[in-house]
Amino acid sequence: MMIREQLLRSRWWHRWGEETFSAYLYLLPSLLVFGAFVFFPLIFSFYASLTRWNLPYKPSFTGLENYRYLFTDEIGSRDFFLAIRNSFYYALGVPLNMVISLLVALFLNQRLRGVGIFRTAFFLPTITSTVAISVVWMWIYHPADYGLANTILLELGLSPLRWLRDPALAMPGLIVMGIWHGMGYNIIIFLAGLQNIPHHLYEAAEIDGAGIWAQFRKVTWPLLGPTTFYIVVIGVINSLKAFAQMDVMTQGGPLGATTTITYFLYQEAFERFTMGRASAVACVLFALLLLLTVIQFKVAGSRVHYE
Amino acid sequence: MASQAGAVARTNLWQSKRARKIAFAAFWYVLLGITAVMVMMPYLWMVSSSLKDTGELFTYPPTWMPQVLRFQNYVDAWNAAPFGRYFFNSVVVAAAVTVGQLVTCSLAAFAFARMNFKGKNLMFTIFISTTMISTQVTVVPSYLVLKELQWLDKYQGLIVPFLANAFGVFMLRQYFMTIPRDLEDAARLDGCGRMRFLWTVVLPLSRPVLAAQALFAFMGNWNSYLWPLVVTTSERMRTLQIGLRYFVSQEGGTQWGLFMAATVFVSLPVVIFYFVIQRSFVEGIASTGLKGV
Repeated sequence: MMIREQLLRSRWWHRWGEETFSAYLYLLPSLLVFGAFVFFPLIFSFYASLTRWNLPYKPSFTGLENYRYLFTDEIGSRDFFLAIRNSFYYALGVPLNMVISLLVALFLNQRLRGVGIFRTAFFLPTITSTVAISVVWMWIYHPADYGLANTILLELGLSPLRWLRDPALAMPGLIVMGIWHGMGYNIIIFLAGLQNIPHHLYEAAEIDGAGIWAQFRKVTWPLLGPTTFYIVVIGVINSLKAFAQMDVMTQGGPLGATTTITYFLYQEAFERFTMGRASAVACVLFALLLLLTVIQFKVAGSRVHYE
Repeated sequence: MASQAGAVARTNLWQSKRARKIAFAAFWYVLLGITAVMVMMPYLWMVSSSLKDTGELFTYPPTWMPQVLRFQNYVDAWNAAPFGRYFFNSVVVAAAVTVGQLVTCSLAAFAFARMNFKGKNLMFTIFISTTMISTQVTVVPSYLVLKELQWLDKYQGLIVPFLANAFGVFMLRQYFMTIPRDLEDAARLDGCGRMRFLWTVVLPLSRPVLAAQALFAFMGNWNSYLWPLVVTTSERMRTLQIGLRYFVSQEGGTQWGLFMAATVFVSLPVVIFYFVIQRSFVEGIASTGLKGV
């Protein structure tokens, strides 16, 4: 009996053991980091969101109190829903960005002269850090008449605006900058998508007498569907995560007009040191991001690729 | 008669098609021209402003070409804050993260690509799921973990949390899988162990993808903001991005010539880097759909 067991064990070891053991050794460094800085924090967030935890004091368990505060308290829910609303307002730049990027990508996809230089130019903002870009755009949006944005308005015979200092204009200002910043990335993804569309479909369409618009509507747009969807979802995800530009340019102001959900989270945690409440915000943010990712996966998975 | 009419119709059709094509190309060029000017304008404005003296900065109408090129702005900006120290910090952190990620990602990718083991699918799912959990979500508890470890305001705190990257594992795995099995069998027959095979055969063959991964890691880390903002408390530990942010907010918001000069030298390394390797960078994004961290 004993011998048989040993044999089995050794055969198991032979079949799986050594390789499994080594494989986990190869995974170990990554797993340690993920464990300490992804999974533990995530689980810890859930727990912390159920506590009252104002640094430097110790946490005390309060159940769903933080969520009650965020969703139903008069002041709490006002601030929190404003932050969520601001985040989705900021995300309105995404479809706009999509349209502009698609137009540029369609152009860059033509085999015309000088396209390479344009591609380089369009991508430059994407690799420049958000902080650097924010500083430059603060100067562009300077409320005096010598600010570049106001100069352009004055050239056009309009009156200058206060841009980032105006509660109604601060968010549109950030959206415009965001489009400028994110375009290059979208263009490259669109270009990859466009290059995957088989050329014979266009030839067939042309033989059938389809004009350029009809070709776009019947061939390009439907076949680009998954790419477009990906760009929009990723764009919304990135909008929800946006932080640096709000911190550098507006500090969430004026009058909370640019306090997005991530900025609100930062304020709760590192300005007011209410870690419990901040964790509750983080959990809501996580749920939103997860939802978007799942939608992206589901739709990407169910798409039928013709061809 | 009939054939003549046909020919005319064809010519008309051809002409209108050609005309339409030209009109279309013109439309594209105009559209592209406008967007290209809009895209480059902030950069030109940044460089132009960085060379102006205070008087010229604050005059209307503004000039694109400074009347006197004031390179002194760059010297003044560099000396107004410890930018040398910030540069050093950014280089140390980004380089350490890049090298570390290459090591951890190569090991994990090798296991996923070339080994059979129990729980492989589960492990892979776990790895991929980490991509859904961003710094924004975990920043509070991660900060508390670092506080317990006494790693706040230290290089460890800036580096260690980023030493694993599931995107990188995925990218390397896809590449490692293309290396022929025969190669491995031959190596095994010659008594070459797994680790040696990885080191002497797989990694040298994977140079392009390792370069792309190094690039993403470096740039993503170089440009990262939220984490270093939260983790660094003293001036001497700040990275470039954080240093620039404090420089701009602490100077009272009026020294625009210096701010623009500082912004130029903060963003220049990445721009140069990009021009040198832009081809593989663009291809990397197109094939993986990701950029940086």
